[in-house]
Amino acid sequence: MGEFEVHRVRFFGLVPAGVRCLACHPRGARLALARTDGAVEVYNFAANYFQEKVIPGHDARSVESLCWAAGDRLFGAGLGGDITEYDLPGLSVARAVDGGGGPIWSMVANSTGTQLAIGCEDGSVKIFQVVPGGIQFERNLDRRKGRVLCLSWHPSGTQIAAGSIDFFRVIDVTSGQTVQRIMVNHQVEKAQRECVVWAIALLSSGTVVSADSFGRVQFWDWQQGTLAESHTISTSAALSLAVSEKEDSIVVGTSTGATYQLQLLPVKLGGLEKRWVRTKPFQFHSHDVRAVAHSPTALISGGLDAQLVIRPLMEKVQKKGYDTVLRKFTFPHRRLVSCARKARLLLFQFSQYLELWRLGSTEETGKDGEVLPVCRMPEHLVQLKSKGPEHIYCSCVSPCGTWVGYSTASRFQLYRVRCDGDGVSLRKVPKVPKLLPPAYQLQFSADSESLFVASARGCVHVFQLLEPGGCKHLHTLQPPSGCSEAVYLLAPSADGHWLAAVSGDWAIHIYNLKCFKHHCVVPTYDCAVSALAIHPSTNNLVIAYSDQQLLEFSIPEKQYTSWSRAVQSWGLHRTWLERDSPITHITFNPKNASHILLHDTYLLCILDKSLPLPDDSALLMNQSALKQLPETARKRQLHAFKICKKFQPLLFMDLLDENCLVVVERPIMDFKTQLPLPVQQKKFGT
Amino acid sequence: MAALCESFTLRGPGPGGGGPGLCLEPGPGHDLVLLTERGRAATLFKISDQKPLGCWSVKHGQILTCPVVCNFETHEYIAVHDDKVLRIWKNEDINLDKAFKATLSADVYRIHSLPQGGPVVLFRGGGVRTLDVLLEAPQQEIENVVSGEAIRWSGAFMEGQQPVLIFTTEKDGEFFVYVQKPKLGSLHRYKLEQQESAKPLCFTAHVTNQTVTLLCLYSNDSVYQVLIPLQQDTEEEEEEEILSKSLLLNLSVSGAVLKGTSLVVLDKDHVAVLGSLAAPGKEPRECLTIWNTKFQTLQTSKELPLGTSGQLWCYEEKFFLIHGKVLTVILYKCETSSLAAAVGKLKDSQTPDVSLFLNWNTLEDEELMVSFQSQESVALKAESRMNLRSRRSTAEQPMTLPVGQLLLNLKNASTYVLENELKKLMAKAPAPDLQATIGCVVTALIDRCKRNPKYYPQNFLQQILETHELSYSLCPDLMTVALEKKDMPLLQMCLERFPDIPEEVTYTCLKAFLSMSEAHLQTLDVNVDSVICYIDVDMDDQEVKTEIVENGFSAEMDQDMCDTKMPEESHFRSRGESCPVGLQKAALLNAVLHSAYTETFLLPHLKNLPAQQAILFLRYLYYLYVKCSEKVNTTLPGIRSPTINQIMDWMCLLLDAQFTVMVMLPEAKELLSNLHKFVRAQVRFYSELNKIEGSLQELQRLNHLRESQTYSIEVLEII
Repeated sequence: MGEFEVHRVRFFGLVPAGVRCLACHPRGARLALARTDGAVEVYNFAANYFQEKVIPGHDARSVESLCWAAGDRLFGAGLGGDITEYDLPGLSVARAVDGGGGPIWSMVANSTGTQLAIGCEDGSVKIFQVVPGGIQFERNLDRRKGRVLCLSWHPSGTQIAAGSIDFFRVIDVTSGQTVQRIMVNHQVEKAQRECVVWAIALLSSGTVVSADSFGRVQFWDWQQGTLAESHTISTSAALSLAVSEKEDSIVVGTSTGATYQLQLLPVKLGGLEKRWVRTKPFQFHSHDVRAVAHSPTALISGGLDAQLVIRPLMEKVQKKGYDTVLRKFTFPHRRLVSCARKARLLLFQFSQYLELWRLGSTEETGKDGEVLPVCRMPEHLVQLKSKGPEHIYCSCVSPCGTWVGYSTASRFQLYRVRCDGDGVSLRKVPKVPKLLPPAYQLQFSADSESLFVASARGCVHVFQLLEPGGCKHLHTLQPPSGCSEAVYLLAPSADGHWLAAVSGDWAIHIYNLKCFKHHCVVPTYDCAVSALAIHPSTNNLVIAYSDQQLLEFSIPEKQYTSWSRAVQSWGLHRTWLERDSPITHITFNPKNASHILLHDTYLLCILDKSLPLPDDSALLMNQSALKQLPETARKRQLHAFKICKKFQPLLFMDLLDENCLVVVERPIMDFKTQLPLPVQQKKFGT
Repeated sequence: MAALCESFTLRGPGPGGGGPGLCLEPGPGHDLVLLTERGRAATLFKISDQKPLGCWSVKHGQILTCPVVCNFETHEYIAVHDDKVLRIWKNEDINLDKAFKATLSADVYRIHSLPQGGPVVLFRGGGVRTLDVLLEAPQQEIENVVSGEAIRWSGAFMEGQQPVLIFTTEKDGEFFVYVQKPKLGSLHRYKLEQQESAKPLCFTAHVTNQTVTLLCLYSNDSVYQVLIPLQQDTEEEEEEEILSKSLLLNLSVSGAVLKGTSLVVLDKDHVAVLGSLAAPGKEPRECLTIWNTKFQTLQTSKELPLGTSGQLWCYEEKFFLIHGKVLTVILYKCETSSLAAAVGKLKDSQTPDVSLFLNWNTLEDEELMVSFQSQESVALKAESRMNLRSRRSTAEQPMTLPVGQLLLNLKNASTYVLENELKKLMAKAPAPDLQATIGCVVTALIDRCKRNPKYYPQNFLQQILETHELSYSLCPDLMTVALEKKDMPLLQMCLERFPDIPEEVTYTCLKAFLSMSEAHLQTLDVNVDSVICYIDVDMDDQEVKTEIVENGFSAEMDQDMCDTKMPEESHFRSRGESCPVGLQKAALLNAVLHSAYTETFLLPHLKNLPAQQAILFLRYLYYLYVKCSEKVNTTLPGIRSPTINQIMDWMCLLLDAQFTVMVMLPEAKELLSNLHKFVRAQVRFYSELNKIEGSLQELQRLNHLRESQTYSIEVLEII
């Protein structure tokens, strides 16, 4: 096939924000996650844990707690003191209400999802009613001194347990009175140190489970005020806990990065007497585990090391599938890098700024595996800071490298980049048409003459770019049947004829750009689209789904291509389908029409449609095996998937020209060193 | 796991005394038992308080003829005196004379009280009535079911809403089982399959899945299981159904045999047996034992030196028995570990567990039994063991029959004929059944060896061992006999091949190997493959190795560390260098090192190893250790040579087991001191390695750092 000159880029200094809290949807289909920078993400379990929705963060809007209420409504509360409702179809904040008690440390919904309780800095617990179109303050419960760090609502809705520093209390919801106050630090000798109750759970049996900064998980009979069981699970703090729906299993996160499972087991097999037993310890995180969740079939934990770990409980799983394997997610399931192919520029998107880099070059050539001497070093051209507290939704650099655009929740900005000699000048394009922000995805046309802006309610705005630095709104494309969800992926064709747009309901609409008309809809496939692109010469749309399926749809013929049908009937290789992360970018080789280049976090793949598909007995990742074979023997072993796993974790890959690739890596160790130091633990031999 | 816990006395040697005639029944609530003494009195005890709550006695001249029971529904007590007179009273009644009285028309054998089904009365003649029915017309006629048979035991259960009464009778040495459902008026009579030269001593039964499992303790020290289906078509009148039994448990442990007198079922895998443990050459001791029927093991036992009455009761996780003259309560625990539940192994406890466990011991007997009988036993669907057996018998009927038959026929054939026939048999046995067949063959051979001390087919046994994958459990006596015959080559093969040798046998082999003289061993055909590569055969050319360098550490270097210089050091070193045992013995010991074991089980046996042998063994282990350390990869050359880990483990075990001996024995002093020096040198050596490893790691890290430049242009070939 050939040799590529690979520009291996490791200067994208992305540091993913730590996971602050998790909330499992009551029906178990989705997981909401909030990061320390205030970003909220929704993962869809049915679509291979695809990171379906991302609402970027906000400096003033930290999220301490998330909960699902009234069906599919998602609420967040944080130290800003507001209760925020999120607009999930529109990927934005719908409304925010002041909690009225200072910073909010915790929030829980009752089992029916009709009421929210918040725990505030001033020691109050307040109840809000969830009403259509918002929330309404209902009442204050008994206020005591000391911030309320955690809350738990009894399944029957009659009591709330509230954890503070050194004590927790149980409040009767109807009377609003504190009915029990239990000190948690009195058994400890070092009582001078304060004992923070970090997490609490009130079980239906009336047992209160508390996790505290002494590393203990304790079970209390709150009516008697007695301690039933105490498990010291860690020498450092136990930060979070979650109880399974059946209340027979608890997962606890600690500040050493370890998580533990406690299970309610019969003392004797078949007996009635049951006791909580610490059964499984896990060490998936290097930093504090601030958030845990317990789905019916898995333990979920999120740490300050930005990892989301989903650990299936094999005893609860009936058949082997995607969700029976341990999953770890560190990087977003979307692109944060864009590339100007012709200008050889890379644009990196951080939460509040962009970086534009020019790639280096070499004059040498070499053999496989050689590192070539760099004759021109890469150059950091410019850093573009976004003003205000809002974080960046999306960004893009045009293929020619002279336009850069980005959007935050309320502003859309377009810049003209001029490189003359060594200097780089950046000029803001004035009078950008005022449209309803935010933009969820920006995409320049191949000739850099127009810009496509993905917007809410299925809309795509088409802007015409004007020399020397102007911009005009040409048209707004909209699905004919309407759509409530925002568009999150765009793919224009190279000839400027077609545009494919994917909205949150996973429908792919194809528009004709010559006449600005809706062309067709790709037949619905019930899974999230993780990447798509239109082939430059055939105008075939290649779609990657989060369940690892690949489909090819001919836009002119409005049907799946024969190759796509062949792939479907033959089936993709098992190893391909069992991969961990979704394809996040698809590109093509303009010189070879049969090649499709794809990548996920752990591999890059050149799919050669002219070669036979591998069957399950063949080795999918056969590159190293092929390299050992003589030329003549290779022919029989070749198959369509040419996979390279050399570059990991891979955040971006693009083809600069026929045999020149750029890959952007972010080694885990590189960003781990930038995280705050975890609790020091002595390891043997150090 | 099962364990016997603390015991206490419920009633001391009172005026009534202990002895026979005592009977226990559960009382009207938790922690209460009713004690009936044959004769006159019934006493209600609170167990935890160890004191009586009430006592009732009949008038002088009257005799209580069956145990007093408690009606759990009404909390009344029911007694029968003088065979026919029924008395019912309440807790507050003091005088039994004034209690309710009814005279029945027939003699009562026993009353059984069921928690939900009320009391059921069993008459001597086999008739059964529920108490309610009986009290409606006390003088009603009671039919005679058993003719000339005497009831030996009875039991009652609830099956659904139905009380079920089961009793066994005896007549002329034959035993019969009756199953009655008094509410349905159904009655079934079965004949119990006879056992040659043994008869049942004690019965117990429980109901699971509509099947009564009757356990019988026989006088041949075995527990048999009999399955009786409860759901049967009542119409068909069969002339006489014979209940076949299967061996559940052999009450023997390492040569000692338990002469059981009483049997109690604890749960589906555990039974308790009271009896006297008779080891050959020892005084029989009375013991209470708990056995695991699944693994055929003795779980725990407790000696009862004062003797018992032979009776054993069990309520609420407590055993009751008469120890000496006092009524003793022994608490026990019998639990299935819930860890399995924790790791999800026991997800579906509802599904009938098809046990895949095959008990080879029983299988052999069963197969012989199958051939004895012309008819195949009735397969019972509900019971998995039976399932297994019926499957086997349908599939392999043509094969199993000849095997059992043949082995019986050959019992008295000449040696030559026997071996020839067995060879033929093994050659044609089908693959799935081969293991079992060979197990039978070996057992047959061993049995013959036992009967005829002169007979020992060494070559034939070796041949079988070489060609087939046998295991200890398939032919448990093989090694014992080989030990008796001092057949070292065979033992070596067994140790190398069997995966499941009990630690006790391993130890016995070790002891035998160590005690055998070198001269005798040289005459034996021991496989020395495992030693030939590293033992210096010519032990005389010691001057060649004047200085031994152990892993770069000259032995000289450590002398400064030695606290007391030993005068005969040089002499000793030369001994340490050459192998302390001969080639053959070394090969045999290697076989022991290779066998699988569990430390906790091996350790107690190792403690018994005579001091001289322990020292010799340690010396050999030390030799192996030194030999291992000579090579960089710390492995010994050769086939089946012991690994460094095995050597280390055994060394630790031996030192643990023989700690005091090693401390006391003067001969051990030099050896231990040398061993210590060597180990110390090794520790120093490895700590040096640690340092190198640290530096290398740092280098690697630096290397990695250089690699992790932020930008590079590389060439990637994709084929």
